[in-house]
Amino acid sequence: MQEKKTSKTTKNPEVMQEKKISTATKSPAATEDKVAAVNPAKTESKLSELQNNLERKTIIMQGNEAVAYGALDAGVNFFAGYPITPSTEVAEILAAELPKRGGTFIQMEDEIASICAITGASLAGAKALTATSGPGFSLMQEGIGFAKITETPCVVVNVQRMGPSTGMPTSPAQGDIMQSRWGSHGDSPAIVLYPESVKESYELTIRAVNLSEKYRTCVVLLLDEVIGHMRESVRLPDMANVRVINRIKPTVPPHWYKHYDENQKYLSPLASYGDGYHFHVTGLTHDSQGFPTNKAVEAGDMMDRLRKKITYNIRDLVQIESHEMDDANIAIFAAGITARAAKAAISMAREEGFKVGLLRPLTIWPFPDDAVRKMLRNVETVIVPELNQGQLIREIRRLTKDKNDSNIVSIQRVNGQLITPNDILRKIKEVI
Amino acid sequence: MANIPQKVVHQYLRHDKKFPHVWCAGCSNGIILGAIIRAIASMNLDRDNIVMVSGIGCSSRMPVYIDLDTLHTLHGRSIAYATGIKMHKPNTKVIVVTGDGDCTAIGGNHLIHAARRNIDLSVILINNNIYGMTGGQCSPTTPHDAIATTAPYGNIEPNFNVCDLAMGAGASFVARTTAFHVTEMQNYIQASLEHPGFSLIEVIAACPVIYGRLNKKGGAPQMMKEFRDNSVPLAAVDKLPKEKVEGKIIRGILRKEIRQEYTAAYADLVRRVSDNNGGEKC
Repeated sequence: MQEKKTSKTTKNPEVMQEKKISTATKSPAATEDKVAAVNPAKTESKLSELQNNLERKTIIMQGNEAVAYGALDAGVNFFAGYPITPSTEVAEILAAELPKRGGTFIQMEDEIASICAITGASLAGAKALTATSGPGFSLMQEGIGFAKITETPCVVVNVQRMGPSTGMPTSPAQGDIMQSRWGSHGDSPAIVLYPESVKESYELTIRAVNLSEKYRTCVVLLLDEVIGHMRESVRLPDMANVRVINRIKPTVPPHWYKHYDENQKYLSPLASYGDGYHFHVTGLTHDSQGFPTNKAVEAGDMMDRLRKKITYNIRDLVQIESHEMDDANIAIFAAGITARAAKAAISMAREEGFKVGLLRPLTIWPFPDDAVRKMLRNVETVIVPELNQGQLIREIRRLTKDKNDSNIVSIQRVNGQLITPNDILRKIKEVI
Repeated sequence: MANIPQKVVHQYLRHDKKFPHVWCAGCSNGIILGAIIRAIASMNLDRDNIVMVSGIGCSSRMPVYIDLDTLHTLHGRSIAYATGIKMHKPNTKVIVVTGDGDCTAIGGNHLIHAARRNIDLSVILINNNIYGMTGGQCSPTTPHDAIATTAPYGNIEPNFNVCDLAMGAGASFVARTTAFHVTEMQNYIQASLEHPGFSLIEVIAACPVIYGRLNKKGGAPQMMKEFRDNSVPLAAVDKLPKEKVEGKIIRGILRKEIRQEYTAAYADLVRRVSDNNGGEKC
């Protein structure tokens, strides 16, 4: 991926990813394999063996199913979760599939226990994932912070539903965009991915697992309720075309091992419990060995490390799709299901001669600042449709200080209904 | 029980890194750490194959001092993290060190469900009847009428009997002892590590600096004497007159039974389903 980018070098590296990069269909020879499979666990090899023999057909599947199969294809061998609408299918499928493949499924007593169990399992060497929705996601926040400060790989899938509180459990909303960034107390890194289709749910699940292993952090995958439950025809890639990244294992003897080693762009090897490294993991602010510290220098270093892990690698993390933007003077900025409506609105608008395009982040955190700033430079108006009371639009306002406030137009809906293509088309005609 | 020399105990400590420890003078936590180390050493367990997990509180600071794979987690959640580790690596010995507030208040849910599953964890619950680290607030095991900073006029709540709670939830090994009875404690820890299933050992511990001072218990020696004089072995309970048992700490192995352990049950399930089908879909 990185090599491909540099071959097309321009001023803005993020823009190079403008064209959607499909993690799952990349050739296995892709360069990121450098960090791959140093020491794949036994269960993982069994899993890939099974899956290599499969003949993939085109089938109808739900977003939640795609997440479950994406997790399996990415090598996830541990799931702990708690039932919650609209994410339950992920748990149900993995309850059936993981035992067959030698993996672990456990239904915990609540969502707090679920995030804790996957973090513990990950420290013992598992590739671990859980799935939940808004109320469970709120409960998990402390545990997500723990996974981030201890730099333990894990993935949380949040199939968003209407909130606050119990809200409308079977209705869509995009209300957790800010929670997925700022939900845990204190400053912490965030990698959050956001698919728009069933196929992409599969691809981004694999990418989420890969990024969590590579960057040693908790990665969040946000789904819209309607994407989780929508059925679409998909053909999953053959396993040979799925690129899987495994964590780097340390090669040094135990007394040299630092649990938080500062090298390679802040990506450091990770030992597992049972490997003989006798390391300490704590949610307290710690030094590079992992032991608690109150020293200002060490505390500052730790916080810097968490931040730089994201900022130094932003080119690898950010993916953004640009759709019909070349000649556009009106841009729509939308994620997930709302971007699907926007695409339909754009083709209707273009038929009527309006030059409208779409920017769609696949990675919403870290926010694709540079790409958005650059791509919005030449448009007059930006429309931000979203199923909440204004979350993405704050980021767009922050990045478009050169534009008049009246040129940043919102469409917001929080009544359990989707924003339709016609809603967006009407707004396009209003702003012209 | 093998007698473990001090020299061997020292080999299990991270003394080049993390000492002096955080505990107050007179605290029982060090005594309990010693008993855990002696139990591990006398069983000759593979040190690469033990994980010690803890939550938040004075007792939960213990893992930082012992040279094993160690995990210091969130308040109340140690058993949930331990469940994840045990499920992924069922051959690992997982020791959970927790306190009365950590395990029975904020972590009560995880305690009862781990006991119900009968997952093979050795939970050592250090009960000092108070939240020590935050300065002396009452916990679910603070006795009725005892003084705490959040119960300045005496605690009006009834307290948990932790062992009864664990047994009610289905724990298959439950024992109680005190920080005074060190040999007994070491034996119970050893027994719990050998026991295939969820085990809980309640160690009644002294917090002379906070609980002792608030409740005029004297210093650490007086509290230790109280543990000695105020506790009765389980075997003697039936022989003694009722008035000599009432209000005393009953020490002993209160339950030891074999029933199916959770990771073993899961392994059976895996064998059952992975035989004739595997990933036929997708």
